[in-house]
Amino acid sequence: MSSLSRDDVAKLASLARIEMTEEELVNLASQFGSILDAVARVQELNLEGVKATSHPQPIENIFREDVVQPSLTPEQALSGAPAQEDQRFRVPQILGEAE
Amino acid sequence: MIKKTAAQMSASLTSGETTSVALTQSHLDRINEVDSKVKAFLHVDGENALAQAAKVDAERAAGKKLHPLAGVPLALKDVLAQEGVPTTAGSKILQGWKPPYDSTVVSKLKQAGIVILGKTNMDEFAMGSSTENSGYGPTFNPWDLTRTPGGSSGGSAAAVSAFEAPIAVGSDTGGSIRQPAALTGIVGVRPTYGAVSRYGLIAYSSSLDQAGPFGRTVLDTAMLHEVMAGHDPKDATSINAAVPNVVSAARSADVKGKKIGVIKQLQGSGYQAGVLARFNESLDLLASLGAEIVEVDCPSFEFALAAYYLIAPSECSSNLARFDAMRYGLRTGDDNGASAESVMNATREAGFGREVKRRIILGTYALSSGYYDAYYGSAQKIRTLIIEDYKKAFTQADVLVSPTSPITAFKIGEKSEDPIAMYLADVATIPVNLAGICGMSLPAGLADEDGLPVGFQIMAPAMQDQRLYEVGSALEAALVSKWGGHLIDQVPALGGAK
Repeated sequence: MSSLSRDDVAKLASLARIEMTEEELVNLASQFGSILDAVARVQELNLEGVKATSHPQPIENIFREDVVQPSLTPEQALSGAPAQEDQRFRVPQILGEAE
Repeated sequence: MIKKTAAQMSASLTSGETTSVALTQSHLDRINEVDSKVKAFLHVDGENALAQAAKVDAERAAGKKLHPLAGVPLALKDVLAQEGVPTTAGSKILQGWKPPYDSTVVSKLKQAGIVILGKTNMDEFAMGSSTENSGYGPTFNPWDLTRTPGGSSGGSAAAVSAFEAPIAVGSDTGGSIRQPAALTGIVGVRPTYGAVSRYGLIAYSSSLDQAGPFGRTVLDTAMLHEVMAGHDPKDATSINAAVPNVVSAARSADVKGKKIGVIKQLQGSGYQAGVLARFNESLDLLASLGAEIVEVDCPSFEFALAAYYLIAPSECSSNLARFDAMRYGLRTGDDNGASAESVMNATREAGFGREVKRRIILGTYALSSGYYDAYYGSAQKIRTLIIEDYKKAFTQADVLVSPTSPITAFKIGEKSEDPIAMYLADVATIPVNLAGICGMSLPAGLADEDGLPVGFQIMAPAMQDQRLYEVGSALEAALVSKWGGHLIDQVPALGGAK
């Protein structure tokens, strides 16, 4: 029986940049054991020597010529921006004052 | 008018018996009448739809050569970007977002002159099997409004089965077209991976996602499939090959001498009795039409569900990192001095629903160092074994078959507190996605115990999509002649149906 503690979930949530409430952390920790048991079935088979498939198609890198083509105008590109300034995305402070 | 098939509507438009404006208006009226009960649509785009219809009518009057589906209305899953029209993928994090561009699927629909009625409800970011995970509330199954229409493309499936649209677009990552088609008594196809461009399809799990058509008949589904498919330089995984001739396949209705493989692992325990009864009847019908039924063994399929629920969450944890509150979508907690990281954390907490968070956390776990090989790595190897099982099975049969869903439509709320029970809804559809091949669900009748629709699934090798339509049209013709009409004719009226 697999399990994850409330603190394990909190660590994962922080890696995934989701500020979960205490209730969410506790709930997810309680559900995680049975979910992990279900997916851990992939470990039941002897998979030695089996190749991994990351993608269903046997395609190589796809290249194109690097030529100028019509694209979005700055207005279009910024049309969904939560905040903008001088034709740029305005984002919250990236570096802390102390850094 | 709204009860006609898309092919019949096309004929009525061509002959001048009706106009696209009249046809579109009758569907908008129908939506107005029943969608407060069904809740298939997140956004109804009546004004643009009527303008597009008027444009097609004018072109027809001017003698311009038009696509057969020109002027026929359609419902679009809200996972596809449409320029200037709200596109949310069922998530609060995208509430109010209007894409500045069209997805390739939408461009192709517009080019064909198809009238887009609006955007349909879905499980948030296509994660779910009931449409209950939508950030905007559930969709209700037209066969029984206390039940789910399946998911994640439940809005599109419900719209077609409630006669709000003759055809619809969905997307299928683990069964999200085929399972709702089964639960609402209509036809749904997941094309071969790479056959339909993913450009502008909001990503959930990129190696599994594929958009595809819904219709009330096999032919209607084929007509829409042909419009959507084709190579697109904007999608590097798009297949550069001719689109299989699915429309003529849908008219062929021929299974004589074809070998049909029943997958041993996709039946039996866990499958509802009424589902198995309708499935076996359909097999007998196919045999009576001259098909040869064989049994095939796919031992790795037993592990497909576990592999899927590692691969899809892993890919989603990476794909959904784009919702960072910086360039588009929701931003919360942006008080003076708040850091970008805290804004991101607060926004993703507020914008994502429960199932999306669950899958992001599961994916983050499966990809983390120390667990990668045991979980994601093993799942990728199972994926190889599933592909090999299919390869072997397709040497013994032209198409493979199974029930689409082990159960008929379940009650709203019945499984929403139990993620594992919900995941089992996809047990028969997931292998197709892992292998990147194509699959169809078509109605096989109603289960005796609950009177709800049962889906029959057909699977074919990559880029052999026409085989789905050859076998599907043959089975459909036999069933329709047995029933004296299409199954969808038996759907409740929902009040006021003409």
